[in-house]
Amino acid sequence: MTEITPTGKSRRGFLNWFLGTAAGALAVAVFYPVLRFVSPPEVPEASTNQVEAGPTNDPELLEKGFKIVRFGADPVILVRLSDTEFRAFAGTCTHLDCIVEFHKDKQRIWCNCHNGDYNLQGQVVAGPPPKPLEPFKVDLVAKGSGQPKTIVVSRA
Amino acid sequence: MKTLARNVRAWFDDRLPVAEAQDFATHKTVPTHRFSVFYYLGGMTMFFFVIQVVTGILLMLYYRPSADGAFESVEFIMTVVPFGWLIRSIHSWSANLMVFFAFVHLATVYFTKSYRKPREITWVTGCILLFIAMAFGFSGYLLPWNQLAFFATKVGTDIAGAIPIVGEWTLRFLRGGDRVTGGTLSRFFGWHVAILPAITAVLLGIHLLLVQIQGMSVPPKQKDEAAGKRPMKFFPDFATRDLWGWILALGVLAAIAALFPWELGEKADPFAPAYKDIRPEWYFMFMFETLKLVPGGEIFHVEYEAIPILLFSLGGLLLVLVPFLDRKVNRTGESPLFTFIGILALVYIVGMTAWGYRSLTPFFIVIGTVLLMFLLSLATRHDAGPAEGQGEGQSEGRES
Repeated sequence: MTEITPTGKSRRGFLNWFLGTAAGALAVAVFYPVLRFVSPPEVPEASTNQVEAGPTNDPELLEKGFKIVRFGADPVILVRLSDTEFRAFAGTCTHLDCIVEFHKDKQRIWCNCHNGDYNLQGQVVAGPPPKPLEPFKVDLVAKGSGQPKTIVVSRA
Repeated sequence: MKTLARNVRAWFDDRLPVAEAQDFATHKTVPTHRFSVFYYLGGMTMFFFVIQVVTGILLMLYYRPSADGAFESVEFIMTVVPFGWLIRSIHSWSANLMVFFAFVHLATVYFTKSYRKPREITWVTGCILLFIAMAFGFSGYLLPWNQLAFFATKVGTDIAGAIPIVGEWTLRFLRGGDRVTGGTLSRFFGWHVAILPAITAVLLGIHLLLVQIQGMSVPPKQKDEAAGKRPMKFFPDFATRDLWGWILALGVLAAIAALFPWELGEKADPFAPAYKDIRPEWYFMFMFETLKLVPGGEIFHVEYEAIPILLFSLGGLLLVLVPFLDRKVNRTGESPLFTFIGILALVYIVGMTAWGYRSLTPFFIVIGTVLLMFLLSLATRHDAGPAEGQGEGQSEGRES
C-alpha cells in the first residue's frame, strides 16, 4: 500500500483504485445474475429406452414405407422393408439437425434440407452428413392371436 | 491508441456535428435554487424505466403468454431459472417505483408551474407517458395469470363497459371477446411488450429532446434566488449526482426485491369465487375506492357507475390541458387557483388510497417523500458561489 502523502498524488491513486474496484464490483453484481439467467437451466428429462410404435399393418407404414416415431423428445425414423422386416434410426440428420424421410422408390433415407443421402444401414451415401444415423433396435411383439404384431423400438 | 481514437473521432466529425454536440454538452447548465432537487426526479423515473426494459426483455426469454402456460412459465422463472426470482421481483418492484416517481415528478412540475410557456409539449407528453405507465401496470398485472390478476382484470375491464355508448365496444376490445380468457392474455401481452413500448419510445424521445432544447425551468418564485447563484454545470456536476442517485436507487431496489420477493399466488381459475382482497395496484386504488361508493342504479339509461368514470376521464383530460387552462401563470408567474386545485386533488387521491387500504400508510409515504426530498436537496447541494452576471443558465436565457 502506498503511503498517502500531502502532495495528494497517491491519494488520487487510492481513490481511483477505490472507485474502479467499486464500479467493477457493481458491474459483476449486475452481470453475473443476468448471465446466469440467460443460460437455460438443465431441465431433467425422463429417459426413454423403449417405445411402442404401433402395429405392423399401420396404414401410414404401408403407404409411405416409413413413419417418424416419438422416442421421448427425439424423433426416430421407422422404415418398413417387408411385413416382417423393419429398421429404425435416429430421425435427425447428422448434418444440421433436420428430420429425415424415407424414399420408398430409391430405398434410401433422405434429408431434404441439404440432400443428405443414407442407405438402409444408416450409412452416408452422398451429400454433406458427416456421420451415419444412429441405429435403433426393432422387435416385433405378438399381442394376441389373430392380431398384427406390435413394433417395439428400443435403444440398440 | 491515441491516434486511433483521434482518427475515429475525425471519422465521425466528418459526418456528424460531434463538435456542436460536445459544445452543447459542456455548456449545458442547470439552475440552482432550493428546489433544484426536483430536477433529478424525471431522470429517476427514467432510470426505473430502463430497469423495466432490461428485466422485461429478460423475462420474455422464458415467459409464455397463454392461459395454459403463463402461470407455469412464471413459476418456472421463479423456481428453476437461476436468479429468475430476482429478475421478476425487480421487474415488479421497479414498476411500482417507476410509477411512484412519475407521480412525484408530475406533482413537483405541477406545483412549481413548470408546465408554463414554452414547455406545454413537454407537459402533455409527460402526462401521456404517465397514463401509459399506468397502462403498462394494468396490462402487466394480468401476465402471471394468477387469481388476483384475473379478477383485477375482470373488474378493471368491466368498469370500461359502464362507459355510455362506447363502453361495450371498449370492453370487448380490451378483453378480446366477451370474457377474460387466454385471448385477453395474448392481447395484454401484445400491449405490454409491443404497442406500449413503441408509443413510449416516441413520446419519451420527444419529452427528452424538449428538455434538452429548452433546459430546466426555474419556478417563478425561485427566479431571484436562481439569478443570484451560479448555475450548476450539467457535466460533470449534475450528471455525477444523477449517477449517484441511480446507484443508490439500484441498491435500494435490489435490497427490496431480494428481501420482499414478489409473490406469484395461485393460478387463475375462472370458476372459483373471487378472493376477499381483490384489489388493483395501489395507483388505481383511489378510483377503485370511489367506484365502490357509488350505488347501483341508472339515470337516463346511464349507470351511476359511469359518472365517476367519466369524471376521472375528464380529470385526466384537464390534467393534460393544464398549460392551456392556466393562462394567468404566463402573465403574472402566479396561479394560486391551480395550486389550490392541485392540493385538493392530491388530498383526494391520497385520502381515497388510505381509505381503500384502511391504513394511514399513504399519508406517511407522502410525508416520507417530502422529508426525503428535503434530505436529498441537502445531499445534492451545490455551492458554486454567486452568479458572475454574465454566467446565466442557458436554460433561462431562452425563457425571457
